[in-house]
Amino acid sequence: MATHTEQLTRPAVRLRGLTRSFDRRTVLDGIDLDIPAGQFVALLGHSGSGKSTLLRAIAGLDHQVTGSGQLTAPERISVVFQDSRLLPWRRVLDNVLLGTDGEDKGRAALEEVGLGGREQAWPSELSGGEAQRAALARSLVREPELLLADEPFGALDALTRIKMHALLRELWERHRPSVLLVTHDVDEAIVLADRVLVLEEGRIGLDLAIDRDAGADARGEYRLRLLAALGVTEDLR
Amino acid sequence: MSAVTTTAPAVTEAPPAVRRKRRSLSPGRRLPATRLIGPVLLLALWAAASAAGRLDPGAVPAPWTVLETGARLWTEGTLPDDILTSLQRAASGFAIGLVAGVALALAAGLSRVGEALIDGTVNLNRAIPTLGLIPLFILWLGIGETFKIAIIAIVVYIPIYLNTHAALAGIDSRFVELAEVQGLNRFQFIRQIVIPGALPGFFVGLRLGVTGSWLGLVVLEQINATSGLGYLMFQAQNYGQSDVILVGLVVYGVFGLVSDSAVRLIERRVLSWRRTLSS
Repeated sequence: MATHTEQLTRPAVRLRGLTRSFDRRTVLDGIDLDIPAGQFVALLGHSGSGKSTLLRAIAGLDHQVTGSGQLTAPERISVVFQDSRLLPWRRVLDNVLLGTDGEDKGRAALEEVGLGGREQAWPSELSGGEAQRAALARSLVREPELLLADEPFGALDALTRIKMHALLRELWERHRPSVLLVTHDVDEAIVLADRVLVLEEGRIGLDLAIDRDAGADARGEYRLRLLAALGVTEDLR
Repeated sequence: MSAVTTTAPAVTEAPPAVRRKRRSLSPGRRLPATRLIGPVLLLALWAAASAAGRLDPGAVPAPWTVLETGARLWTEGTLPDDILTSLQRAASGFAIGLVAGVALALAAGLSRVGEALIDGTVNLNRAIPTLGLIPLFILWLGIGETFKIAIIAIVVYIPIYLNTHAALAGIDSRFVELAEVQGLNRFQFIRQIVIPGALPGFFVGLRLGVTGSWLGLVVLEQINATSGLGYLMFQAQNYGQSDVILVGLVVYGVFGLVSDSAVRLIERRVLSWRRTLSS
């Protein structure tokens, strides 16, 4: 069984010696991590490095996984998945309000992500980008203390992704939840986050603070360091 | 040098811009009442053959003879009573089968214990031809209405159970995860995710069940009944009245068609979110 999750009202994630394994293969190997309230953290790693396992552990979604360690997470957590995961039989507004109520809040959240006026549309009528906006609205309505996002823009085209980056950053600045964004895109991590973690073989291999006012040179430097931590060599760049 | 070359640069004529349209793989737009064309054509053939004297009136009476007989049975005979009796049997059996099928499917789909107890049992029940249970049910329940309703209920509940259960089991596990993330309780989960997700399968089962209830009725009323449409037809067979038999068949057919159309209509309303090939 996964470890007991302590509920705190203060929004901060605290992991101590978090271990998770599948079929005796260790995926997370004693992770220690603190995420202060309101920090935007990106988590990078190869596929299979345990990014999603870590996110699912924090979200409390790892029911049949063996593991140990201490995990403290806030009470109000929202999750955005790679797919928008809208229920096809509910209109957009009802999807946003899934598990909560307050129609006005739902309308306001849709307005915020630029979907005002589409409340009564069916999910099948939305484009990929619009569907992911609706998913963002659904996570916002719950006023999360912690927003977990599992490659939320992975299935979007490049142009839509750029717009979504701006939108997510804007929403974060307005609502200030702590964010843990799982991605495999180094540039996305630098553009969005204040702090980038690289997960490697179940451990945090690099913990890099991003100075958001830094110029292009510093950003290039971040990129090189992150790629190096991910094992991407010179000639592959 | 010819005149042609000295004039403005010879422009090779561009190939005409052919706008090739992709062949559409969808069956095309739905036309109103097209589903009636087949039956109407069949009826016309029947009438034409009768009028031309190509059909033996003793074996296959003409459509108008059937209509006349129907009208006569309706005003002078027992047809209204027979129809009412048959309708009551079908409706009671159908209602019980519907509730049982849905309840069992929910119980089997939502808990492992339910699945262990119910799913194998229903499939065992399915393997036994329901009409083969008639002798046993007569011994248990007597020859009255109860056994007829019980048999119809069994004929109805099996397709409803099977299709609803299959749809329940097929609900995307990602939606289950979403429900956990959104903090839905068990009741909300069932109402907002399980039931809408299983509805398409339920409607398939419902249509099979509706048809099945009529099917069971015909058989039941022809072997052990003293009233009802099947009884009317069975009696007509003894007296060689093929027109009366056809009246009974037409009534069965009309009921079958009407009930199936009603289910389709409800289905289209309830599942309006689905954009499929048929819509």
